[in-house]
Amino acid sequence: MRHEAREPRGGEDDEVTRHEGHEGIRHEGHEAHEEGSQENLRALRALRGPDRRVLRGSPRGGAWPPLLELTRARLYEFIREPEAIFWAFVFPIVMAIALGIAFPSTGESPVIVGVEQTPGGERIREGLSRVDGIVVRDVAPDRVAQALRDGQVQVVVAPGDPPTYRFDPSRAESRLARLVVDDALKRAAGRRDPWEAREDRIRIAGSRYVDWLIPGLLGMDIMSTGLWGIAFSIVQARLRKLLKRLIASPMRKRDYLLAQLFARLAFLAGEVSVLLAFGALALGMPVRGSLAAIAVLSLMGALAFGGLGLLLASRVRTFEAISGLLNLLMLPMWILSGVFFSSANFPEVMQPVIHALPLTALNDSLRAVILEGTPLSGVAGEVAIMGAWGIASFGLAMRMFKWS
Amino acid sequence: MGPGLGPESSARSMTLQIHDQPLEPRVAGADLCFRKARVTECSVAIAVRCEGLVKRYSDVVAVDGLSLEVERGECFGLLGPNGAGKTTTIEILEGLLDPDAGTVEVLGLRWRTDERELRQRLGIQLQETQLSDKLSVRETVRLFRSFYERGRDVEEVISLVALESKRASWVSKLSGGQKQRLAVACALVGDPDLLFLDEPTTGLDPQSRRQLWDLLAEFRHRSGTIVITTHYMDEAQVLCDRVAIIDLGRVIALGSPRELIASLGAEHVIEFAPAVGDVPPPPDRLRQLPGVCDVRVSAGVVSLSVTELHTVLPELLAVLEEAGVKLSMLTTHSASLEDVFVKLTGRHLRDA
Repeated sequence: MRHEAREPRGGEDDEVTRHEGHEGIRHEGHEAHEEGSQENLRALRALRGPDRRVLRGSPRGGAWPPLLELTRARLYEFIREPEAIFWAFVFPIVMAIALGIAFPSTGESPVIVGVEQTPGGERIREGLSRVDGIVVRDVAPDRVAQALRDGQVQVVVAPGDPPTYRFDPSRAESRLARLVVDDALKRAAGRRDPWEAREDRIRIAGSRYVDWLIPGLLGMDIMSTGLWGIAFSIVQARLRKLLKRLIASPMRKRDYLLAQLFARLAFLAGEVSVLLAFGALALGMPVRGSLAAIAVLSLMGALAFGGLGLLLASRVRTFEAISGLLNLLMLPMWILSGVFFSSANFPEVMQPVIHALPLTALNDSLRAVILEGTPLSGVAGEVAIMGAWGIASFGLAMRMFKWS
Repeated sequence: MGPGLGPESSARSMTLQIHDQPLEPRVAGADLCFRKARVTECSVAIAVRCEGLVKRYSDVVAVDGLSLEVERGECFGLLGPNGAGKTTTIEILEGLLDPDAGTVEVLGLRWRTDERELRQRLGIQLQETQLSDKLSVRETVRLFRSFYERGRDVEEVISLVALESKRASWVSKLSGGQKQRLAVACALVGDPDLLFLDEPTTGLDPQSRRQLWDLLAEFRHRSGTIVITTHYMDEAQVLCDRVAIIDLGRVIALGSPRELIASLGAEHVIEFAPAVGDVPPPPDRLRQLPGVCDVRVSAGVVSLSVTELHTVLPELLAVLEEAGVKLSMLTTHSASLEDVFVKLTGRHLRDA
């Protein structure tokens, strides 16, 4: 980072130029440089070139180098914005908790059976409620269709000899419920089984939905905070004419854009570890890969989405427009990139496109590393995809960016 | 807050101390190189020169063939009503807008080729910039300080703009005047040779305006050059060595405030309005009064430019009495740049 250490034009030449303004004392300034003029000339020759900046620590009047100052300023702006903290840190956790409740990590989900409230229902009801893993609910005869449609019950038993099972065979859980109920009722009716199989129940950590979900949430969080955090702060600075003021100073444009990315990365560490720790400790998600690999993937993801955030915000002047653009970009990825359900559900022809998306690359590689313990070399393709998005979008943003 | 010599002299003694220290040869070499550049520029006594500037927007010509020369060390004012093209002009000079035609030279340098050096040597305050609300005064000044290779100490600049007591406050907590002083601090922190200010006192209360004027006096004391736009003629009169009056994108008058006012040929202005239903004497009759240079009627108000108030006023009253005209209003004031503008355009600065 050459630009961080420019040659300081210290108080020294300051004094010289002031003297030069007044003829009478001009000489003083020259004399100060008389001694060692040979070295001066040599140094001068050495300095002639594309630039004459010297690598040397500069006090800069008590300020850090511009890139660091810009990054720091952005960090402060972020920390001092309570809403931003909520969306970055609290929201993903709330989401994970909600999903953890919806998909509990322990116990098997019971079969929910409705029994029609007609004569004979009472006996069936009693027979079923004695069986483990079956929850019984009464259903009025005229509400059967509704109860099935809304998923209140998975199958309805209408008393009779033999009884009738009402269910929608296109629902997997309903077909399962029908088998369980049928089995239970036949046993209750005195069926004799030729033999009873032994059961060996194995719990495989990482195979639950919630385990699959957490890395997806992580990817989604990296995407949305990267895009929103960067794009919004830039549009705001443009609206406030702050960007225009900054380029009226000697600030380097690249420093400003890089500082946005760097500040993002500093927060990324916090966001990722909070969600990862919550998933591992509270929801029991296994973390099989190395933390370093997870860190690298998060970094690459943040760079890709940071670059995209810069690109989207490069010309936009209103919050409405940037919100629209961000949603336009994020919505397809929420659906296609396998956050809540596997992207394998989409037809084969779409797969190449889906796999080229940065969020797909991030989610797939995070799942591979976290759940399967794949080393970084095993997800090199995904890393390359994210890197390409980051570099291309940052480069394009640099060209397209409007400062005023 | 006064301009005071305190901060400045202490800064000088500081720089002198550094001066006394033995220098690393490489750095001294860099200084030599830098100084050489300065010597050639110092022979140019012109800080800003522009010729034939034109800037068109889709439907309007904002700047229409404007030429100016600003000398080193002077405070130069661009005075004109809103929409006259002042901001467009100053932003072209600041290298933020490209003119459609014309040339600009700042400190003997060109924007196209020397932008890096120019940015280091200019201090700029823009109209309507809102600095980050969530940063403190000190953090803001520090950020701007980091962009400059040389410049003034952060704390020194903060006390210069009298914001010491606010140095830890967020920008959102500052008053309008304090925000404007902070904007000027950001412009001063690079110790510029040339300061561009675009309506720095618009919307400020009189006390805040005065504080800002004092600040600029301090900068001039350090032999800095200022280019300032304003639509307050009193501000131009107080601050500026020379003023260009701008209207419809052109310079319509140029000179020191004193010269411009003297060009009216009259030192005082009398304004009166006849009571409802009364008709004032014809302008030609009034023009015959001894000491009256000019008569102008607009919106029912008659204004006379006069050389000697004490002789004209009794005669005017006698004429009005004779014509049986009763007055609803009568005022007098010393001629100002406003009157120059009115004479040149027939409009007032405020409502033009």
